[in-house]
Amino acid sequence: MQQLSRRRALGAVAAGAALAAVPAARAAHAADGGHEAHDSPEAFDEVYKGRRIQGRSRTGGGHHHGGGYAVYVDGVELHVMRNADGSWISVVSHYDPVSTPRAAARAAVDELQGARLVPFPAG
Amino acid sequence: MTVRKNQAALTADEKRRFVAAVLELKRTGRYDAFVTTHNAFILGDTDDGERTGHRSPSFLPWHRRFLLEFERALQSVDASVALPYWDWSADRSPRSSLWSPDFLGGTGRSRDGQVMDGPFAAAAGKWPINVRVDGRTYLRRSLGTGVRELPTRAEVESVLAMATYDMAPWNSASDGFRNHLEGWRGVNLHNRVHVWVGGQMSTGVSPNDPVFWLHHAYIDKLWARWQRRHPDSGYVPGGGTPNVVDLHETMRPWNDTTPAELLDHTAHYTFDAD
Repeated sequence: MQQLSRRRALGAVAAGAALAAVPAARAAHAADGGHEAHDSPEAFDEVYKGRRIQGRSRTGGGHHHGGGYAVYVDGVELHVMRNADGSWISVVSHYDPVSTPRAAARAAVDELQGARLVPFPAG
Repeated sequence: MTVRKNQAALTADEKRRFVAAVLELKRTGRYDAFVTTHNAFILGDTDDGERTGHRSPSFLPWHRRFLLEFERALQSVDASVALPYWDWSADRSPRSSLWSPDFLGGTGRSRDGQVMDGPFAAAAGKWPINVRVDGRTYLRRSLGTGVRELPTRAEVESVLAMATYDMAPWNSASDGFRNHLEGWRGVNLHNRVHVWVGGQMSTGVSPNDPVFWLHHAYIDKLWARWQRRHPDSGYVPGGGTPNVVDLHETMRPWNDTTPAELLDHTAHYTFDAD
C-alpha cells in the first residue's frame, strides 16, 4: 500500500508539472462574491502537494450535501458540504470552515499527509 | 447515581477503570458502532435539509443522549465508571494531565501525527482505527496546531450570557446560545476544540479519539450551566419546523426520546460541581 501510494503520488507530481505549464481552463463565471447561495462554484483541477485535486458540478441526480458539487483527491471522492454562509467543510476537516471547495480540497490534502482517501458510500 | 467529574480531579484508580472500560468496548466492537453513528449524522446533517445531530437546535439534546448511551455501555463493563469532562478553558495546555501516558496519551509525533504513548497508541495494540475516512489505522493528534488557543473562560462566559437558546434559521447561520456554543458563529467554542486536538478529532469520525467524550461531556455541562443562568429560557423551536427537531419531536436514531425529555440531566447524572 505504501509503495502504491508513493507511485501514485509520483505520477501526480509529473502531471502537476504539465498542469503548471498549461493551467487548467478556468470557468467563465469566476467567483466574485456576489453569487447566490446555490450557484455552483467554478470547477478546478490542479496538483497540490503532489496530489491531484478536482472539483466540479455534479451532473448526476440524487441528493448530495455539497449542493450538487463534487470534490476528488487522486480520483477518490471527498465528501464536502456547503454551509449556509457559503463556506465549505469536508469529512476530514469537519469543524473548520474554509471559503471555497478548492480550499477544502487543499485542507484535506494537508490533513491526509499522503494517505489515501477511503471512498464513502454513494448517497 | 452517576456523578460526572472533572477529568483533572480523577484518582489514578478512576482513570485506570475508565480506560479499561473504553478498551473493553473497543475490543468487543461496541465502541466502533458509536463512531459509525456519529459519522452518519455528520454526513447527513445539512443546513438546508434534515439536521439532527449537528448544526441544529438538537445538537445539544442529541449529544446528551449519545453520551448517555456511551456511558451506559461503559457501565455495563464497569458499573463504577462515569464520563469525566474536560474543561478546556482551564486545562488548556498539551502538558495537562489529561494527555499523560496514564490517561489519554499525548500529542502525535510530527512526521505522521501518530500518538506514541498512552493506552490508545497504536503500538499498544488495543486501539485500531477501523471506522475511518482515510487509510491510516492509528490514532493521530496534533494538539494546538490547527488552531493555537483553546477557548478562554471569558469567551465561555460571553456565550453563556446569551439568553436565547436558538434562532431561525435553526442551522449554522443562527444567532443565539446553541450555535455560538457549537461554534459555527462567533468566538467558536465546540468546533474550535475539535480543531485544536487535530487528528481524527477534526474529522467526521471524531469519536475515534476518546477525548471526544470528555469534550462533549463539558459541552453538555455548559448547557446545564446555561439553563441555571437562564431559567426562563427554554429549548426552541416549539413545533412545526420542517427538517428540525422541535421540542416534543423524537430524535433519530433512537426515535423514542424528545428534546423535552432530555432537558433535565439530573434524571440521569449529576456533576461534581456547578
